[in-house]
Amino acid sequence: MALLKSKQAVKFNHKHLLGIQDLSIPEINYILDESLAFVELNRKSSKKLDILKGKTQINLFFENSTRTLSSFELAGKRLGADVMNMNVLNSSIKKGETLIDTAMTLNAMHPDILVIRHQDSGAANLLSQKVNCSVINAGDGKREHPTQALLDAMTIKSKKGKIEGLVITICGDIMHSRVARSNIYILTMLGAEVRVVAPSTLMPKNIEQLGVKAYTDMEQGLKNSDIIMMLRMQTERMDGSYVPSTREYYEFFALDYKKIKFAKDDALIMHPGPMNRGVEIDANLADDINRSIIIQQVEMGVAVRMACLKILMENNS
Amino acid sequence: MKEALINCRIIDPKNNIDEQGGILINENGFIEEIGKKVNKENLGQIKTTDLKNKIAIPGIIDSRVFVGEPGYEYKENFRTLSEAALSGGVTSAVTMPNTNPIIDNVSTLDFMIGRAKEKSTLKIYPLASLTRNTDGSDITEFGLLKMRGAIGFTDGTKSIENNNVMDKIFNYGKNQDALIIQFPQDNQLSKNGLINSGLIATRLGLKGIPASAEHILIERDLRLLNQYQSRYHIATLSSKESLNIIKEWKSKNLKFSTGVSINNLSLNENDIGDFRTFLKLSPPLRTEDDRLSLIEGIKNNLVDVIASDHKPEDEESKRITFDQAAFGACGIETLLSLSLELYHNKSLPLKKIIQCLTENPAKIFNIKAGSLDKGYPADIAVLDLDKPWVVKKENIKSKSKNTSIENKKLQGKVTRTYLNGKLVFEE
Repeated sequence: MALLKSKQAVKFNHKHLLGIQDLSIPEINYILDESLAFVELNRKSSKKLDILKGKTQINLFFENSTRTLSSFELAGKRLGADVMNMNVLNSSIKKGETLIDTAMTLNAMHPDILVIRHQDSGAANLLSQKVNCSVINAGDGKREHPTQALLDAMTIKSKKGKIEGLVITICGDIMHSRVARSNIYILTMLGAEVRVVAPSTLMPKNIEQLGVKAYTDMEQGLKNSDIIMMLRMQTERMDGSYVPSTREYYEFFALDYKKIKFAKDDALIMHPGPMNRGVEIDANLADDINRSIIIQQVEMGVAVRMACLKILMENNS
Repeated sequence: MKEALINCRIIDPKNNIDEQGGILINENGFIEEIGKKVNKENLGQIKTTDLKNKIAIPGIIDSRVFVGEPGYEYKENFRTLSEAALSGGVTSAVTMPNTNPIIDNVSTLDFMIGRAKEKSTLKIYPLASLTRNTDGSDITEFGLLKMRGAIGFTDGTKSIENNNVMDKIFNYGKNQDALIIQFPQDNQLSKNGLINSGLIATRLGLKGIPASAEHILIERDLRLLNQYQSRYHIATLSSKESLNIIKEWKSKNLKFSTGVSINNLSLNENDIGDFRTFLKLSPPLRTEDDRLSLIEGIKNNLVDVIASDHKPEDEESKRITFDQAAFGACGIETLLSLSLELYHNKSLPLKKIIQCLTENPAKIFNIKAGSLDKGYPADIAVLDLDKPWVVKKENIKSKSKNTSIENKKLQGKVTRTYLNGKLVFEE
C-alpha cells in the first residue's frame, strides 16, 4: 500500500510535536503529504490499519474538548493503537497532584505516545521533558495547537489547491488563541499573506513581528481575502472586560453576509470550533455549503492526526 | 583580643577610601583603625591575618530578602539563609514581612526577631507590612512596630492600590518618621500577568505585565509624597520610563530613594527561553533597553540600591507550569558576584557597585553598617575580584535552589566574611 511507504527523503527530526514553531517547511509539507493518503483511507468503508499495533496512546486532556479528543482517539484506533482517554475530572490531579507527578505515573505505564491538552502555555513542553515517550501537544494555553494548524493548512490546500500567495485573514480573539498563533506560524511559512483582525483589546502585543498585518477593522482586514478564519471568543481565558458586549462585538467583528462581501467572491470560511453562533459568526453563514468549509476541517483533522502519530512512531521505533 | 587584617586593598565608598592597608579590629569586634598605618611594623604583638592583596569591603546590606520564618521554613530558615548570605559577603539583611503569618503586628514581629536572635548569624533588620495582612486597607501600627524593631514598612509583593489608603500612609507615616517602601506595580494592570508584555509574551502565550503598571504607581506615589515629604523608598525598578519619572521628580527636589534587583540589571526577558520558571520574577525581566537604562540610572544616581530580591522557592513551587509557578529567585549568595559582572563588563565602576550594596542601603534604612568607620561593627567581606567560578545548583547554600543564574560563569568571589570582627565564612 502506498500508505506504508514512507518518504525517506525528508527527515522528521523530532521526538515530539509541541509546536509549529519547531518545524521546518519541508517537515510541514511532509506531514501534509502523509495526511493526504489518510484522507483517502478514511473515506473507505474499511479504515483500519495496524501501523501502530501494540502501541499505547494516552490522551491526557485537562481541558474540555469534543472534537480534538475524539479526533485523536479515532486517529489512534484507526492505526491500530491501544488508546486510553484519561478522565482528568475524576483523577487525582484534582486532588492536588502536579502535572509532573501525573506524567511520572503515566510514564511508568510505558505509553508510546502522550497527547496532552492543558490550560497553561508550555505544559506540553514541560511534560515532554519528564517522560520517555513522544508527546503531541493538543493545545497548551494560549501558545500552540499544532495539529489544528496542520489540519487547517491541509483544508486550505485541498480547497484552493495551494497556500502560497493566498490572503488569509484570521478574525476574532487573537489574544487568547493558540489556534491563531499556530496558524500564523504555519501559513506564513507556507507563503500566505496572513492578516489578523481583532479589537485592539484582543490583539496581542507586537503581533506584527510574527509576520502578519494587524487590523482593527473588518472591512480593511477582509479586503481581497481568500480565506476567512473565524475564532471563538475565549471567555474562559479572559479576566475582565475586553469588549463591552456580545451585541457590540457582533456588530463590528462577527462575520455575516454583509461583511463577507469585503472579501473575494470565492472566499471560504473556516472555524476551529466550537462555534458561538450569533457571537462571532452568523448562524446561517456558518452552515452555507458554498462558503463554509468547517465540516471539511473536522474531516482533515482525523487524517492529519493519523499522519502525526505515524510519523512520530516511525521516528521513535 | 585585638586582630588586624593586613595587606589588603580597602574600598569604603562612604569614606571615599580606596587604598592599600589594613583594618584593626578591637576586642569587642568594632573597627579601631583602618588604612596604611595598620601594617605589620606598627602592630607589635597583635594577631594579624595577611589578606594577600585581596579587597576588603564593608559587609553587604541586602535590602530585599524574603525569609522563610515563620511559616515557610521548608523554603528557607534563618540558619540556611545565614550560611548563604555570609558566603556571599552579605552581613545584614533587610527582611520582608511576607511570612505566614504576615508580620503586621507586634507579637508576630517579636516572635520573628526572637527566632532570628536564636538562629541567625546574619544580622536581620525586619520590615513590617504597611497594611494588616497586606490586604491594602487598614494601616498597621507604625509607631509600635517601629519601637519593637521594624525598620520600615512594605506590603512586599504587592502595592497599595487604594489611593486613599496610600494618602493616609504617607500622612500618618510622617508622624512616626516611618520608612515607607513600595513595591511599584499596579495590582490590576499586572493581574494574572507573568512576564513582560511584548513579543516574547505573545510568542509564549503568556499574559504580559505592561511597564505602565510600574509607571502609574510611581507617578501616583511621588505626587502624594510631594504633599507629605515622608520617608519613601521604591523597592524595585524594572523599566526605562520609570527612570524618566524619577528624574523629573528629583529635579523638583523631592527626596526619596530607589532600588533595583540584581536580576533586572543582569538579565532580560530573552533569558526566560523555553518557559524557565526560575526566571519568572517580580518585577518581570524586561527588554535589553530597559536593563541598560537601569544601569545608566545607577550611574546618574537615580537608582541608589542594588538588592538580591532573594525569594527562595522550593521545587514544588517551581517545577510546574509557568502559569502556576511562584515568582522569584534565590540570590543572596550571588548578589555581590553577579554585581561584579557589571564591573568586569565595564558597565559600572567598582566603587559605585559597592556603594549601592553598602553605603546607600545603610543610609536609607538607617542601619549602623555598610562602612568601615571607626567604631562601626567590623562586618567585612574579603573579595578575590578576579576569581572565576560557576554557579552550580549543588553548591547553593540556600535551602531552595531556584537561582536565576544556574551554570552562569562569574568572576569575583568572597573568600572570607567577618561579622562583628569574627571570621564567619572562609572559603
